[in-house]
Amino acid sequence: MSALHIAGLVKRFGALTATDDLNLSVAENELHAIIGPNGAGKSTLIGQITGEIQPNSGTITMFHTDVTRWSVPQRSLAGLARSFQITQLCQGFTAEDNVALAIQARQGSSFRFFADARKDRRLRDPARAALARVGLADRADRLVEELSHGEKRQLEIAITLAMTPRLILLDEPMAGMSHDESQKIVALLSSLKGTATIVLIEHDMDAVFALADRLSVLVSGRIIATGTAEEIRVNPDVRDAYLGGDA
Amino acid sequence: MQRGERISQILVALATIALVALPVVAATFGSTYAVTLATRLLIYGMVAVSLDLIIGYGGLISFGHAAYFGLGGYTVAILAFQLAEGVPIFGYDGTNEALVAWPLAMLVSGLAALVFGALSLRTSGAYFIMITLAFAQMVYYVFVALKYYGGDDGLAMARRNTLGGARIVDPQIFYYICLGLLAAVIFLVGRFTRSRFGMVLTGARMNERRMAALGFSVMRYRLVAFVIAGMIAGLGGALWANLARFVSPDMMAWTKSGEFMVMVILGGLGSLFGPVLGAAAFILVESTLSELTEYWQVLFGPVVVLIALFAPRGLWGWLTVRRRGA
Amino acid sequence: MQLLIEQILNGLQLGGTLFLLAAGLTLVFGIMGVINLAHGSLFMIGAYGAAIVAGKTGSWGLGVIAGLAAAALVGVLIELVVIRRLYARDHLYQVLATFGLILFFNGLVAMVVGRAPLLMETPKVLSGFVELLPGIPYPTYRLAVMGVGLAVALGLWFMIARTRVGMLIRAGATHRDMVSALGVDIAKLYTFVFGLGALLAGLAGIVVGPIRSVQVGMGEQVLIMTFVVIVIGGIGSVRGAFVGAMLIGMADTLGRAFLPGLLKMHMSGALADGLAGALSSVLIYIVMALVLVVRPRGLFPVGG
Repeated sequence: MSALHIAGLVKRFGALTATDDLNLSVAENELHAIIGPNGAGKSTLIGQITGEIQPNSGTITMFHTDVTRWSVPQRSLAGLARSFQITQLCQGFTAEDNVALAIQARQGSSFRFFADARKDRRLRDPARAALARVGLADRADRLVEELSHGEKRQLEIAITLAMTPRLILLDEPMAGMSHDESQKIVALLSSLKGTATIVLIEHDMDAVFALADRLSVLVSGRIIATGTAEEIRVNPDVRDAYLGGDA
Repeated sequence: MQRGERISQILVALATIALVALPVVAATFGSTYAVTLATRLLIYGMVAVSLDLIIGYGGLISFGHAAYFGLGGYTVAILAFQLAEGVPIFGYDGTNEALVAWPLAMLVSGLAALVFGALSLRTSGAYFIMITLAFAQMVYYVFVALKYYGGDDGLAMARRNTLGGARIVDPQIFYYICLGLLAAVIFLVGRFTRSRFGMVLTGARMNERRMAALGFSVMRYRLVAFVIAGMIAGLGGALWANLARFVSPDMMAWTKSGEFMVMVILGGLGSLFGPVLGAAAFILVESTLSELTEYWQVLFGPVVVLIALFAPRGLWGWLTVRRRGA
Repeated sequence: MQLLIEQILNGLQLGGTLFLLAAGLTLVFGIMGVINLAHGSLFMIGAYGAAIVAGKTGSWGLGVIAGLAAAALVGVLIELVVIRRLYARDHLYQVLATFGLILFFNGLVAMVVGRAPLLMETPKVLSGFVELLPGIPYPTYRLAVMGVGLAVALGLWFMIARTRVGMLIRAGATHRDMVSALGVDIAKLYTFVFGLGALLAGLAGIVVGPIRSVQVGMGEQVLIMTFVVIVIGGIGSVRGAFVGAMLIGMADTLGRAFLPGLLKMHMSGALADGLAGALSSVLIYIVMALVLVVRPRGLFPVGG
């Protein structure tokens, strides 16, 4: 059973084909990493999975439902959660407010006008729990702009987890983190393995090889290889196009 | 934060006492002008609070808020006019009863806000500003063209609405009605902004992309806020029509929208009480300058420029936040 | 038939005037990201400058020069004093500050010149009629106005597409940091663009002078129409401004000319008059709403 199935996906920007007949299948509860050199088309692919970019052709299926034409919020409510490569937080709100909004999104309509949301324990308790999971418990009441860069990255992940997703899309979650911080995130992700489907886009190869069940290699808008860490390491195409080119 | 909140509470308490006592004090000096002026302040304050909901909290820069103010006023005046003329409108005889006319004014303004909001909110940024302005101008020209209702010259109301059958002739009583309604509006808008709805509205201003990724269709929340603000402005217009016993297209002129915007920013964006303070300051400056010279705009224009350039947080922010570090 | 041709010409003439205003407004927004409500004031200043000097000296040529100079000068002045402090600011403060400028200029003109409208005569050379088609005379002046609009459109296109300044303008809009890194004085470029926009607004005011009366507040009415034009065209697009201006010029002119007649064919006179009056004055907003439903970023969207 596949959590995410992408078939024949094509996205062109003028003369540039950013996604070129891409096929990808991620099994349920798998941690699937996508790696590729800069300019391979990772951002465009993420945009299409989340719904921010509409493909020219092809289909995207989540849990056997065709979501190709769905909006960003619709996909989110269907169980997709994503973290942003460049942090996207509500500046002016506290860390806890940011996580509470993620929880609120999962508790039905927000057309509730009277009760004070900041005093609502159904929002605040799970928000604190999610912050504690990423090690931000003592920063809950800080405004976003008072957090360090690494803390903002952790908050991104706390928000993503608070959405209780079935399919998690992590866009370079470790980018800009210190070694210690990324170690914490690796531990957190491995504890999540088997409970949700995770698509991980990451440049930190140590983390990728340690965590991923399978990897796909994206080059020039196509997946050129998919397999376990061992299979990818020895794949001649990959060595040639990606690792070889890097060395 | 704590300290700022304490100062806010003290300011609100002082303002409440002053506003409640004002007619009594004015009466001892035998001045009805002060009561009329203060009633204007309450009504402008109400409209400014509603505009702050969408600009300050929602980040939606509407430059057409006067349209909803004017529509509310015209609804009340037209209902009274049709009743007096004995000509039914859409099969309805018209009314002079506030309990019917004022909610209808809110309904009409709310419906207009629903239609214009749904169209305008498809866009953002500069487009949104210009489109809200254009729609307001459209409503303005409709009423200029409606000669039956006086066109350019406006439409007079022979007398004030009755409230539950009782007449409201006494300016003091009308003042207290306006004060009560303003308090209700502030209370409700305050609840809205702190509720789940308010968190989504505010969050969408701060980071729309994040809110969409969380699963919020932000446009729907924005539209609801836009309609609520339009309805409150409509109520303000209904009160204004009763205060002046006259409505005219000037109520929805684009300069009026600009003035409401000045009040909000002068008072303080997203500060709930600030816009009332802004309205008070606006009326004070306007009435002082216009006594100085017929061409008071020559003085007022530069004041507005200076506010825009140098006072982004407004009076409320200046009063409550600045002392935090002291 | 004759009436139709006449009205179409009138529509083109209004479109030409609107384009003069829209071009400057859309350039200033496209390049500096500023919403300038005071654009209408520059229109008014151009008209007053020309009307006063032409009235005093009896020379239309001197009037034109005075009007252009006044608009450009005031434009450069407000850019230096106010507008340049707004480039990095939120649209809200741009709207507020330029709203303050409008109040100031309206008050100032009323104080100095008075509130009574000024009349401006058509220049003698252009005061006759031209027989475009046999039996259809059309005022020469209005044709000249159309010609001015067209000439400015061509001139702008040439400047933006073919000259060094135009290249800088195009580059400045998208790669601000790059351009200033290359040693171009961005501040001067901006002042120039704003001054150019002011000049065009002034020119629009001057050519409109003899057609409508010159009075306080003339700028705002036309400003809001100009907003409709650039919203339809796509904010920042000069080409969009041209198409939008023609569309709105036509819609407004033809609507006012023919809607009452059309309605009268289907309903009683008084009702038709009332409805036609309301409908023809809001027609352009309906056109705008329709365009927005189909294309929320205008006909020629700029960037993204």
